[in-house]
Amino acid sequence: MEIRKTVKNLIGITIGMFAFGFVLVPLYDVFCEITGLNGKISGPSFLSEESKAITEQRELLVQFMTHNNESMPWEFDSEMSQMRVLTGNQYEAMFVFHNKTSKPMVGQVIPSVSPGRGAEYFHKTECFCFEQQLLAAGERIELPVRFIIDPNLPKEIGSLSLGYTLFDITDKIDINRDVAKL
Amino acid sequence: MSTVVETHDHDGHHGPAKGLSRWLFTTNHKDIGTLYLWFSFIMLFIGGGMAMVIRAELFQPGLQIVQPEFFNQMTTNHGLIMVFGVIMPAFVGLANWMIPMQIGAPDMALPRLNNLSFWLLPMAFGILISTLFMPEGGPNFGWTFYAPLSTTYAPSTVNYFIFSVHVMGVSSILGSINIITTIFNMRAPGMTLMKMPLFVWSWLITAYLLIAVMPVLAGVVTMMLMDINFGTSFFDAAGGGDPVLFQHVFWFFGHPEVYIMILPAFGIVSHIIETFSRKPVFGYSSMVYAMASIAILSFVVWAHHMFTVGMPLAGELFFMYSTMLIAIPTGVKVFNWVATMFRGSLTFETPMLFSIGFVTLFTIGGFSGLMLAIVPADFQYHDTYFVVAHFHYVLVPGALFGIIAGAYYWLPKWTGNMYDETLGKLHFWLTFISVNITFFPMHFVGLAGMPRRYPDYALQFADFNAMISMGAFMFGITQLLFLFIVIKCIKSGKQAKPEVWEGAGDLGLEWTLSSPPPYHSFTVQPEVK
Repeated sequence: MEIRKTVKNLIGITIGMFAFGFVLVPLYDVFCEITGLNGKISGPSFLSEESKAITEQRELLVQFMTHNNESMPWEFDSEMSQMRVLTGNQYEAMFVFHNKTSKPMVGQVIPSVSPGRGAEYFHKTECFCFEQQLLAAGERIELPVRFIIDPNLPKEIGSLSLGYTLFDITDKIDINRDVAKL
Repeated sequence: MSTVVETHDHDGHHGPAKGLSRWLFTTNHKDIGTLYLWFSFIMLFIGGGMAMVIRAELFQPGLQIVQPEFFNQMTTNHGLIMVFGVIMPAFVGLANWMIPMQIGAPDMALPRLNNLSFWLLPMAFGILISTLFMPEGGPNFGWTFYAPLSTTYAPSTVNYFIFSVHVMGVSSILGSINIITTIFNMRAPGMTLMKMPLFVWSWLITAYLLIAVMPVLAGVVTMMLMDINFGTSFFDAAGGGDPVLFQHVFWFFGHPEVYIMILPAFGIVSHIIETFSRKPVFGYSSMVYAMASIAILSFVVWAHHMFTVGMPLAGELFFMYSTMLIAIPTGVKVFNWVATMFRGSLTFETPMLFSIGFVTLFTIGGFSGLMLAIVPADFQYHDTYFVVAHFHYVLVPGALFGIIAGAYYWLPKWTGNMYDETLGKLHFWLTFISVNITFFPMHFVGLAGMPRRYPDYALQFADFNAMISMGAFMFGITQLLFLFIVIKCIKSGKQAKPEVWEGAGDLGLEWTLSSPPPYHSFTVQPEVK
């Protein structure tokens, strides 16, 4: 039954390729993470021992940008639009969140560093973007981001922009459970 | 009494069943091939009608005939129908008709599966087209259905679209499994792989591309389905996904798909050029290796469709060079076709005219492809009419000319009647002229900056757009002539000889059969020396 064997192999390839389509999703994230492509940085990161040993510092400009996705009604802004910083030192920048609606809402901030090559040198030790933010109706809070710029930052990068986009994810999560916690 | 009839049937002398059930339940490769070809022909006029709506709206600047929302549905469905409903089914139809006859097999390896894979197609396109009549309208996000346009911002009918893509994907995969199995297991004794006709080779490679990438397409629409209905975030940045991921996964399918739509045409044109040059094709084995290298390279060039999304320099260079590399095997093929014609005793019957039209105009499309491969140039050309000109040059005078040429070449074999040569030549010249009036000026408006997919444009593009629209109407009407020629050939015409074309008898097993061939051909397999 040669025919049966060929068909079995071909069905195998088909199923394999369907699975491969889904494997592309984590592969893509891993690829972006390793290369710092897309300005993607997910969790907190810290200076390596090797970078800490570098005592030479240089000054550069860090700019902050905030942006609301589509119909997100919150007010979202940074207290300073830019800071002059030294590599290797830790800094703190404050951001304001204000839920101007009359109902509790959940927001999620997605960061992006530009130029993308600088992303892996932008260490955020603490950031509101690591978790979802639940704000009661009319609530206004200020949250910090603490960061260190790696002294290994390539010389040709003279300034870094940290862009934050605020998404409304109220519909995506079970808000009642979280409201109960308030 | 009925037992007697049945015994008689099992002797193998039975012909086709009568009436509608012949077509509904048929497992005969010739009947299914015919169904595929007619299906594709009907879809050509539906998708073509949509193109006429698009061109009528773009005849003058401003909005005259349709609203932008409907215009978007027209561009989207025109693309989807032409790609999945015309070019692909036509090639599968030709494969069904010709592969068993070319390899000396009595039928396809899996005849019942063959019936299923055809009848899934009218289902899929019935679902797709029905969305146009729903209150929210059909898909309107372009045939590439980029997220989030096709997820967050899509009309709710997107779910019908997704289901329809699933069904057509299943149909293509089943068809491909059938074709590969037939080619590997049912060749006539003595026909080694390197003795197979080039059309069979082109389909073997195409079928492998199909089973490799159609499941990825199914995967990407499944992810869309889950994002829309089940709250996942594959392409939604708010939940940690990424819209750019959509483009990567889509084009991982999309680029091999481009070659799925051209490789079988390469095979057809090779046969026609050797027939009407009266000498065997130049460089047979290099033709095979060229097709195989094009297929392999097609998996590593996808990101050239998305140079402007923001990629590192290394990525852009890699995809630029790998794309340019494809020009080499393609160049080999064009060279071989020209070399086949060189010092041949040429005659210019309609299939040959369409094949020469294919070689020249496809090469123009190939060259504009090379221009688009250059990253800095692509930043200017991206999403302009230059891109529209490029892919229409490879798909209309490329793939579609290949199909029409194949239809003229094998029509006398299928029907037993010669088609009307004078009308055929008229069809060619009207098509050749109108296709260039339609698509050549698109290069100019594209370079001048006219963006694609809009129902309106700046006044500076008005003259060329009027010209493009007139060319398109002429092209559309000309294809009605083709329909007339095909029907006329089925109904009447000079009786065709078994070899049909002078000297074709030596070129392939299909020409050793009578015209029309018996319902069950090659019940005894021929020996190939």
